Amino acid sequence: MNRIFVAGVGAVSPAGWNVAALRGALEKDELLPTQPVVRPGWEKPLQARLVPIPAVRPEFLAHPRLRRTSPITHYATAAALEALAGLRANPAANQSLLGIIVCLQSGCVQYSCRFYDETLKNPATASPLVFPETVYAAPTSHVAALLGNVVLAYTLVGDPSSYLQGVALGTQWLEEDRVDACLVIGAEETNWIVADAHRHFDHRVIVAAGAGALCLCRDPQLSAGVELVAITAAHIFSAQLDRTKAARAMRGQLGRNSSTELLCDGLVDRPRIDAAERAAWNDWPGVRISPKRVLGEGLMAAAAWQCAAACDALAEKRFSAANVSLVGFNQQAIGARFERADFDIPRLSNAAPTRNFKP
Amino acid sequence: MLFPSPSLTTAPPRVVVTGAGIVTAFGQGWETNAEGFRSGRRAFRPVSLFDVSHQRVKVAAEVDLPATFPPSRLNFRQFDRLDRAGKMLVLAAQEAWQQAGWDIADNLQFILGTTAGGMLLGQAYYRQALQQPLRRHRQAVRAVNYQPQVQARMVLAALGCNGPVTIISNACASGGNAIGYAWEIIRRGQAARVVAGGYDALGEMVFSGFDSLQALSPTICRPFDAHRDGLALGEGAAVVNLETLESARRRGADILGELIGYGTSIDGYHLTQPHPQGSTTLKVMDLACASAGVTPEDIDYVNAHGTGTLLNDSSEANAISAWAGRRAATLPVSSTKASIGHLLGGAGAVEAVVCLMTLREQWLPPELEFESPDPACQFPIVTKPQNACVNTVLSNSFGFGGVNASLIFRRWS
Repeated sequence: MNRIFVAGVGAVSPAGWNVAALRGALEKDELLPTQPVVRPGWEKPLQARLVPIPAVRPEFLAHPRLRRTSPITHYATAAALEALAGLRANPAANQSLLGIIVCLQSGCVQYSCRFYDETLKNPATASPLVFPETVYAAPTSHVAALLGNVVLAYTLVGDPSSYLQGVALGTQWLEEDRVDACLVIGAEETNWIVADAHRHFDHRVIVAAGAGALCLCRDPQLSAGVELVAITAAHIFSAQLDRTKAARAMRGQLGRNSSTELLCDGLVDRPRIDAAERAAWNDWPGVRISPKRVLGEGLMAAAAWQCAAACDALAEKRFSAANVSLVGFNQQAIGARFERADFDIPRLSNAAPTRNFKP
Repeated sequence: MLFPSPSLTTAPPRVVVTGAGIVTAFGQGWETNAEGFRSGRRAFRPVSLFDVSHQRVKVAAEVDLPATFPPSRLNFRQFDRLDRAGKMLVLAAQEAWQQAGWDIADNLQFILGTTAGGMLLGQAYYRQALQQPLRRHRQAVRAVNYQPQVQARMVLAALGCNGPVTIISNACASGGNAIGYAWEIIRRGQAARVVAGGYDALGEMVFSGFDSLQALSPTICRPFDAHRDGLALGEGAAVVNLETLESARRRGADILGELIGYGTSIDGYHLTQPHPQGSTTLKVMDLACASAGVTPEDIDYVNAHGTGTLLNDSSEANAISAWAGRRAATLPVSSTKASIGHLLGGAGAVEAVVCLMTLREQWLPPELEFESPDPACQFPIVTKPQNACVNTVLSNSFGFGGVNASLIFRRWS
């Protein structure tokens, strides 16, 4: 088995357009302000946490492929470029063959609503420029076109837990030597229909937009000091395995309690939604951060924020290891464990990685 | 564990198909569809599912769902929550399951390709939210069931199974990618059996989208014809049950064919247009051949992506001609989209089942309306129903966004 390292992380969130902004918001631990989202037919707007308009227009938007793209592509691209920055700055790695896996739940909702609205009004005038951007695979394609050296690309759809399925797929591509590095991106944009849909399940959930990315590699020299050491099995929800049992099973594969480790969970501060995950981790003695509590329910982007925040904390040498807990809405529970890799990089070639998880 | 995952210490196992289910505008099931494809019949008719009076094109290949569905393990309420797409998928999965004769499993992987999933439910949600903004009736059900992973889990439940679901949405290559990815999972030793497939239903938004791009043919869909003027849309689903040869032999299963190769890559040329020379198409066919250990000389038939649009077909024709080299002159090629339309996320899976039919029954599916070839075609198009000796076939699928996939199947005898 090859060892898999994290070469870089990226994040776009309601806190801002990079990981530093994400880190700052999580350290501050204060709920970010919400913005009104006009809901057609209602006097009172819905609330969401949106990505702030960047102070400076991102340079990548000058690329011809990105001119008319929707926000989800902007978020995915910015997160991808941030995660790749280290690799691209390294002359030995900047021509690496890349894989891209973009994971989505809602996907390109803004252009989909816009195009369907145009269709309902008069299909004869519905815009051919908008339609292609409604496709789930559009952000993947744009990011691949911008980066140029992408040889493999998949778009995966699922509930937020499937972000780690995407990470697992990336490790396979690396292990099979099909790519030199693999970006795994979770991205979402939001609008009134996403906020409206969530109200059916909990009136107080605040939806959010953004993206997160991990850049995975096999070469320890390219590592940002973080190693992926485990992704649990997918614990599928069923009549026999409800969310609570699935979350417990996931947690059981992520190893022992440690007060020096970090838990990056998916709590959103809504009792009914959080119950399963809270029960699974109720005896966790270490530090825990809950990005969704601060940033909002970012769906697949939030899953990627959790991983990015965990890896960033390790890269900043604040913890020796970090566990990420993803308990999905309607699919499964999956967790991951990352460890600091900086101390043993020189002896990587034959050394077995440190593992605290139950195999 | 998903990582680290068990690694094989032996050679990758051979992967065979022991079940196949198919639903298209020809109807439901292998026999009905085989008869349609073999004769080259066309299944297009005026669209009845939604209003097309303001659209430029008014025909598509619609599926007639049966008045009563075969019994499954879903209760009435669960089944009622599925949209057309989900119901077609259940039908295809049930047929494949029955054919394969598998036992109920608790950890069965399901790899599914789609472009739209439960988009019809999404459309209904949007219309009600706008037209009756205070009415909440059925909206929560739509919000959950439009998600493709929920539909996939429902299919597993219909079969009495459960297991990890992976939804691949690489646009119109999704179905091919799903089957290819399932093949890789088995070859890696991560599962001995995997269910894979693809599906998509006709919807107002997607129809309007292709019409707005003027990609739909206002006449007749004629892939690779010099006078082609666009694609035709269809709907449907196909599911295949893949397992190791060892597992199939142990059970004494009837093997429909062997999946021997898969290639995939991405063409970053344009969001909706392929590279004119088909460079990535050429690459994925080469990758599929390399993984299968065959050359173009070994291929007896190519089921092309062949949408009928000007850009796709010339690009694919260039790629097939370059890839096949001298073999091109005698290599039969056709696109079954001429018969049932473009099934988008379902296309790759349905065309994989068509390939299994050609291997099993030794015929080639024709394009009856084909008149004169695009100049880039260095290969013959199958234009008449014909029997043929078919041992190895290649199926192409390409998607918006540039992901391409090729699968290679071999006859089992």
